Amino acid sequence: MSIKQISVFLENVPGALYAMTGVLAQNKIDMRAFTLAEASDFGIARIIVDDLYKTTTVLKDAGYVHSISDVLGVVIPDSPGGLNRVLQALTDAQVNVEYMYVFLGHKTTGSAYMIFKVADIAAASAALAARGIRTIEQEELEKL
Amino acid sequence: MERYYQPEIECASREQIKAWQDERLVKQVRHVWDNVPYYRKKMEEKGLTPDDIRSSDDLYKLPFVTKADLREAYPYGLVAKPLKECVRIQSTSGTTGKRVVAFYTQHDIDLWEDCCARAIMAAGGTDEDVCQVSYGYGLFTGGPGLNGGSHKVGCLTIPTSSGNTERQIMFIQDLNATILCCTPSYAAYIGETMKEMGLAPEQIPLKAGIFGAEAWSEEMRQDIQNTLGIKAYDIYGLTELSGPGVSFECSAQSGMHINEDHFIAEIIDPDTGEVLPEGSKGELVFTSITKEAFPLLRYRTRDICMLTREKCSCGRTHVKMCKPMGRSDDMLIIRGVNVFPSQIETVLLNHGYPANYQIVVDRVKSTDTLDVQVEMTPEMFTDNMGEIDRRQRELVDGLRSMLGLAAKVTLVAPKSIVRSEGKAVRVIDKRKI
Repeated sequence: MSIKQISVFLENVPGALYAMTGVLAQNKIDMRAFTLAEASDFGIARIIVDDLYKTTTVLKDAGYVHSISDVLGVVIPDSPGGLNRVLQALTDAQVNVEYMYVFLGHKTTGSAYMIFKVADIAAASAALAARGIRTIEQEELEKL
Repeated sequence: MERYYQPEIECASREQIKAWQDERLVKQVRHVWDNVPYYRKKMEEKGLTPDDIRSSDDLYKLPFVTKADLREAYPYGLVAKPLKECVRIQSTSGTTGKRVVAFYTQHDIDLWEDCCARAIMAAGGTDEDVCQVSYGYGLFTGGPGLNGGSHKVGCLTIPTSSGNTERQIMFIQDLNATILCCTPSYAAYIGETMKEMGLAPEQIPLKAGIFGAEAWSEEMRQDIQNTLGIKAYDIYGLTELSGPGVSFECSAQSGMHINEDHFIAEIIDPDTGEVLPEGSKGELVFTSITKEAFPLLRYRTRDICMLTREKCSCGRTHVKMCKPMGRSDDMLIIRGVNVFPSQIETVLLNHGYPANYQIVVDRVKSTDTLDVQVEMTPEMFTDNMGEIDRRQRELVDGLRSMLGLAAKVTLVAPKSIVRSEGKAVRVIDKRKI
């Protein structure tokens, strides 16, 4: 019901992000979603990748501090009101959304994907399932 | 014309000064032997009794007193007078948790204020002057010391204390302050602010400044003198000994005369403790020979310094010390506050941070900045930005309560702080002092 997100600590200095994407590029890791959160002197790069184990290994070897968290990959019909329906379900279930960002699927499926970091992942999954809103699984990531 | 507060003392013959020191040291040693068990024990450990100290020539026999002794004896262990005879305490900023608390009888305060009065008159002050004391008042000795000295000279004293720069400038302008007492960095800041306000040096009524409590360079002196249109004089002191006024600059502006009727200065080899001949560079050690409540024998200041008895153009005969050239320990002076890297390390460890850290000290617009850089670790890291932010703020608060100073905390990448082979490079001091 959930997928794994890798959060990487980055210093807020020129080239820090480039250095990290360089490590991923060298190891031929395909990023499926990416977002950056920043504070004044540091940032957190949040990524969804096709190969979780390989990515965490190469990041660790390159000296990056990272953590893994469970997030929801929500399939949203690419039509007006799609996101609104998802948020409606979460609101009704009283689930707090901590942050969310867009997922870059590279097949034309007529659907958009969004990553949701929520306070209660079980409650959120149940609420979405009850409304017929699909969430993706870790194994699906490679195919998207 | 050179002015003196106590000319018969300040210009006394070397023989006379030696005679005072001999007599007062012998008396002081007897005083601590009789009244301070801590000292008696230290002397007994070296097989000494007061009879072994017959003049200042025997000073070298006495054991040293260090900051560690002051901590161990905290709070009353070195007090040599009944508390009912003490009238004041002053205190240093925190040193690894424990502050140094110094005690004063009314007589001690009197003599301390005399020393400050000598400094003010050496800077040209008279009872015609208006003296603005912009050192902090309170536990810090800067404000109370210069305030008392200013009264003794008979200056009209403005006790502004530190901070509120606009009000400082307003008083300087409106009340025609002629002498400013504060830290050199604050003087530079006041100067820059006045310059930004479009005030030319000749529009500023100040004529002299007495600046101490932190290290400053000749270049900084020139800058302050030029922006404020004044002569800037250095003053030196330690809370442990009394406060500002242990030594002070005269019109020659080349070294600070030590008030030798109250303090005997020695230069020692910091490694062996051996007394070095005049003119050698080494650690400055002071013995307070007139202090009643809190006498210190051979107190190791950790300041690296040189002494000279060369004849001074001002007519004073007391020995001169140069500006301290460094420390024999790792203490930093930031915005006038004493900071030991070990204190910062303690706070980091208490907050669950690793001991991989670096302290970057800089001076931005005449104000010292302290940046504590800490490496992020897998244990500390979380995807929750708010949580990291909260921990960072807790660390800032912890540092503030330990140091009495605002510090910035920067989280840096793992392994980004250079590991050195031997002693870790903990401190990067970018200030050009």
